[in-house]
Amino acid sequence: MLSDLRTVIEEVFRLEHGRVIAALIRQLGDFTLAEDALQDAFLQALESWQTDGVPHNPAAWLTTVAKRRAVDKVRRQAAFARRQADLHALSQPEQPDPADEGDSEMLDTFPDERLKLMFTCCHPSLSLEAQIALTLRTLGGLSTAEIARAFLVPIPTMAQRLNRAKQKIQAAGIPYRVPPVADLPERLDALLHVLYLIFNEGYCATSGEALVRQALCQEAIRLCRVLISLLPPTALSAEAHGLLALMLLHDSRRAARTDANGDLVLLADQDRSAWNAELIAEGISILDEAFAMRKVGVYQVQAAISALHAEAPSADQTDWRQIAALYSVLMNLAPSMVVAVNHAVAVGMADSPQAGLALLYPLGAAATNYYPYHAACADLLRRSGQREASADAYGRALALCQNEAERAYFQRCLQALG
Amino acid sequence: MKYMLLIYASEAARAHMTPADYDAELQEYRAFGAEAAQRGVMVTGEALHPISTATTVRVRDGQALKTDGPFAETHEQLGGFYILDCRDLDEAIEMAAKIPGAKDGSIEIRPIVIFAQA
Repeated sequence: MLSDLRTVIEEVFRLEHGRVIAALIRQLGDFTLAEDALQDAFLQALESWQTDGVPHNPAAWLTTVAKRRAVDKVRRQAAFARRQADLHALSQPEQPDPADEGDSEMLDTFPDERLKLMFTCCHPSLSLEAQIALTLRTLGGLSTAEIARAFLVPIPTMAQRLNRAKQKIQAAGIPYRVPPVADLPERLDALLHVLYLIFNEGYCATSGEALVRQALCQEAIRLCRVLISLLPPTALSAEAHGLLALMLLHDSRRAARTDANGDLVLLADQDRSAWNAELIAEGISILDEAFAMRKVGVYQVQAAISALHAEAPSADQTDWRQIAALYSVLMNLAPSMVVAVNHAVAVGMADSPQAGLALLYPLGAAATNYYPYHAACADLLRRSGQREASADAYGRALALCQNEAERAYFQRCLQALG
Repeated sequence: MKYMLLIYASEAARAHMTPADYDAELQEYRAFGAEAAQRGVMVTGEALHPISTATTVRVRDGQALKTDGPFAETHEQLGGFYILDCRDLDEAIEMAAKIPGAKDGSIEIRPIVIFAQA
């Protein structure tokens, strides 16, 4: 019975933490006070819900109890006179912020303040590491220990990182609001970048506990959905849709990405029947919504590339011509070595190995230490029948690559060359 | 909230400024000061003589040790500051970006500690 209740509370914690903490921070004006009060409220829930049952709206219940706890705490800890102003403010009914009119409708019994909290957590004056940790802690409701495990740092280090960030928000006066329209596109990009990094940490890391890594992916996807629900459905949210589509499409391959030993399986070798058709369909439909907003961006283009892979019945039937075109769009939007090499590979597959190599060779000097460049050269050289040059390039890729699954693949390719 | 905006620039580079450059910069700083005052955020601001005029004092074992020059040799040197009373960090950042010295130097924004009344 008690264990059932714990499960319920854990579920409520996971789903409602961000929304409740955002409302509390808004009302209390203090991250730490809000977190402590919510912690108290969850302990109280464990007692009260056992006797009285789970309330109709657990989030509203938690907010009310936490707010009451915070008032008690302020009253106990501080000299009354000094804090009288704070108490006065807390005892007043919540005044709607005139600046908010139109963007935050009252839901149930309290407004959704998560968008403001997202922008505060992802403020450019915080380090990227702090932005990621704070977003996961406050909006995701992951524990400090879980975040520390996910990023392979000791728990005290992560606790200190979070504390410093919260102190900076308070001391430096980082605002708790949706940025003005002029700054919004840039600040939204920063927010999406944090969600993307959280997802990638969960998706690409080859170390750390699988469960925690999966939690990061799920959290990034969940927070991106929340973000989209809070943004106006205009061109402004096109890239948020693009990012959600990209993450869903990547996540659809989760089951096929590792073999029985937990080793990575390359895209071309994956069992496509193990891909999650539901996630693929949802990702493609969200990408269509994004394109309808007519504001193209890097996440949408990457999602479109991912969708083409997802739609190919087999690796051989991949629409490389379309993928090559999308990579050239990406080269214009955000040129980088990664994109340049992928573009060359796609052209090599779509047109001819020689056409791909013609794009790769000019990158040579800058790409000397980038193993995917050597791997791409090796593959295209092999396809054009230049066995010796191909073996040389595989050798260089092997010498630089740290990833075990890819190393094993290069070894196999080398052996096949004889 | 009050913020101190510290203006750092390379004194070596500034040594090559022509009188015309110098006058133009002074005009820009006057315009910034006027804008900050008009917004109601200006508390104070000063320009500093170069580090060649600095003296650093440390008291050790009751003795005041005086050395010539700044407390640390850095690539860019503190050349002036403003104290502004802004709504929040975003406004302080917005103002910092308007300081003429931000174009070739760096502006460090530091929130000012408010001590509780005893």
